[in-house]
Amino acid sequence: MASETVNMPERRRKLPSMSVLGPVIALLVLVAIGAMMNPNFLGAGNITNVLARSAFIGIIAVGMTFVITAGGLDLSVGSMAAFIAGLMILVMNAALPVLGVGVPIILLGMATALIAGLLAGLLNGFLITTLGIEAFIVTLGTMGIYRSLVTWLADGGTLSLDFGLRTFYRPVYFDGILGVSWPIIVFALVVIIGEVVMSRARFGRHCAATGSSEHVAHYSNVNVNRTRLATYAMLGVLVGVATIMYVPRLGSASASTGVLWELEAIAAVIIGGTVLKGGFGRVWGTVIGVLILSLIDNILNLTDLVSPYLNGAIQGVIIILAVILQREAKAKG
Amino acid sequence: MTEPVLSLRNVHKSFGPVEVLHGVDLDIRAGEVLALIGENGAGKSTAMKCLAGYQPASSGRILLDGEEVNFASLHEGEAAGIVLIHQEFNLAEQLTVEQNIFLGRELRRGLLLDKAEMRRRSREYLARVKCRVDPDTPVSKLSNSDKQMVEIAKALGRDARVLIMDEPTAVLTNAEAAILFEQVEALRATGTAIVFTSHKLGEVKQIADRVSVMRDGMVVQTAPVRDMSEDQMATAMVGRDVSDLYPAKAEVAADAPVLLRVDGLDVPGFAEGVSFALRAGEILGIAGLVGSGRTEAMEGLCGLRIARADRTEIAGQSVQIRKPSDALRHRLCYLTEDRKLRGLLLDKGMRENLTLQALARFGGLLIDQKAEDAALTRAIREFDIRAGRRDVRVGNLSGGNQQKLLLAKVMQSEPQILIVDEPTRGIDIGTKQQIYAFLSDLAASGHGIVVISSEMQEIIGLANRVLVMRQGRIAGELAGEAITEEAIVRHAMGVGADPKERAA
Repeated sequence: MASETVNMPERRRKLPSMSVLGPVIALLVLVAIGAMMNPNFLGAGNITNVLARSAFIGIIAVGMTFVITAGGLDLSVGSMAAFIAGLMILVMNAALPVLGVGVPIILLGMATALIAGLLAGLLNGFLITTLGIEAFIVTLGTMGIYRSLVTWLADGGTLSLDFGLRTFYRPVYFDGILGVSWPIIVFALVVIIGEVVMSRARFGRHCAATGSSEHVAHYSNVNVNRTRLATYAMLGVLVGVATIMYVPRLGSASASTGVLWELEAIAAVIIGGTVLKGGFGRVWGTVIGVLILSLIDNILNLTDLVSPYLNGAIQGVIIILAVILQREAKAKG
Repeated sequence: MTEPVLSLRNVHKSFGPVEVLHGVDLDIRAGEVLALIGENGAGKSTAMKCLAGYQPASSGRILLDGEEVNFASLHEGEAAGIVLIHQEFNLAEQLTVEQNIFLGRELRRGLLLDKAEMRRRSREYLARVKCRVDPDTPVSKLSNSDKQMVEIAKALGRDARVLIMDEPTAVLTNAEAAILFEQVEALRATGTAIVFTSHKLGEVKQIADRVSVMRDGMVVQTAPVRDMSEDQMATAMVGRDVSDLYPAKAEVAADAPVLLRVDGLDVPGFAEGVSFALRAGEILGIAGLVGSGRTEAMEGLCGLRIARADRTEIAGQSVQIRKPSDALRHRLCYLTEDRKLRGLLLDKGMRENLTLQALARFGGLLIDQKAEDAALTRAIREFDIRAGRRDVRVGNLSGGNQQKLLLAKVMQSEPQILIVDEPTRGIDIGTKQQIYAFLSDLAASGHGIVVISSEMQEIIGLANRVLVMRQGRIAGELAGEAITEEAIVRHAMGVGADPKERAA
């Protein structure tokens, strides 16, 4: 009952709880291990590489933070990314004879990705809120649908962007400002806006209220359905943004694009301290979660201490540990 | 006098550095009903949890038949014949009534469950508490009062030597409470020791043999019930005189403007043709049995559930209220009867809860957290909210403080018309007095107030005029001297109203 009142006297000086410190410490430990194992680890090249690769999952995970905070879940984001990538490539290839290689066709591709993402997110949100179907079921369904659609569009193979276009589009992944590549810049912007919205804006408060108790939110003049719908729509748009960054990297999409991204994004959100059943979320925590997952992968690749094939196992252990830490924190209040 | 079955001796209990029980002594005897009374936060629930082994005491001794015991868990307590019925039900919602009654001690025949025997006994226990639910009904489909009866049926099935009940009648109607008391008396006659808490002193007087009064984590008085009047109990609980519980009723001026006029409000399945008017400065009571559609009608009026009205006027203007924000825009606000499920986010702090409903008033695109903090400071002062610290989780506040916070929360929208549903359910008498005074002041300052309540005394003590609902319709209206318990009951039960009692 009164377990909350623990630490009451020293509330001004008390350390942040383990659920806040845990992910930060884990990240620092990983950086330290990496630096000891390989001198190139802290080099600009490697850091840029890790951050740029984190950006796709990271951008999606920021949207996922809102969905989970509002008490939802979205399993379809990986397939959705693959489908949007495929669609984007098809649209751009089709428009090539008309528009030619240039900025307009790139903008067309980007618009396609954003609109497709928005519509896909709205569809998920509509089925979940208006029709009242479980989020798990809806997004499990759309996950299968998008994956199958991209396979069908690619006729079982690979959809490739026209070579000339690809060359023109490449800088969106590889170039940047002052040596910081575009995916990192966009990721940073998404994170900053996301953090402000989550912690300072009415929408973030409404998400947390909805996830914490749907009934209380309803009785408190929060439009529960609209809030939930907005989180899915926002996630869809962010999947579109991530795809815009992803397509120039390889210039192709296939049935294996974006496989397991949804689980990585959800894992990052949970490691970051957002509560899986909703009601509490923090965007900066999600960023730490994404970085932790990327660094494990990176360290295993740079060192030969542990086989990189064990990457998934180590990530799995970390996810479970994160949830145990969360529970300890909750028990203590 | 018989030896106590179960005793607490100088029991202290701390949560972290905060001690909530300071040396409690309690004796529970076979064949006797002990009432434990006290304000919210006095430590009644904690004392009961220590008794049942649900929480270990920090220091002190717990004696069972004179032998010191240390229950490591609730199961050891139950094995010793001590059953605790929680304030919040401890039933598995998805399981059926029968499965719940035998949960954890299912009867078996060989390897398989003995369903026939469990069915037979479930029916027997349910019949003893006169509960007419089918043992196959999932608990999630039951009303709160049926759940309470199932809890008691479950305790019957455990052959409890000591039965501990935390506010068993809080969710029961008077008729259901009477059934519960019959069972309590039957159990007492068979030698069971019974402890219960209640905020209703009338029922303490009626059913208990002895009463122990707790205040601030200590037992301040224990006496046979026949030696204490209800007033003396209340005074002992609060530590001051509370005989003037209700503020004096102010007269509503005959020319006071009509703030709210409702014509032919229908809430499908719950209420039909509800029409009434509310004047500025008036407190309108809505009485009726639980399930008479009182709550649903008012929720429908405020756009919280689907409803239709021939005409709704606020301050003389015809308005359409389809969703909660419409009601708030017209400065009409509803305070829910269920503060835990619908009123407050128990996982969140006081600040987030206080401003949630009126968040648009705090900052524009971004929330102005300074303004929120200032509002919390004001609310804590104005409503006398007693929390250990400002960032306490609201779920850890006592019921009375939660209710005050909830009231402060709805007041953030600055309503002109306030509908309060069971404003004092399950809270102590001192806090009740504060809430009554607040509502009375609010009416005096020209607001219109509707009070829905199952507590007759509350309606009689507060309302200028009373509507009695029965089966979704307004069965009668009473005003002034005609507001009596008997008149309300007659209307609520549908016994032909005496024409003399009709309000002019």
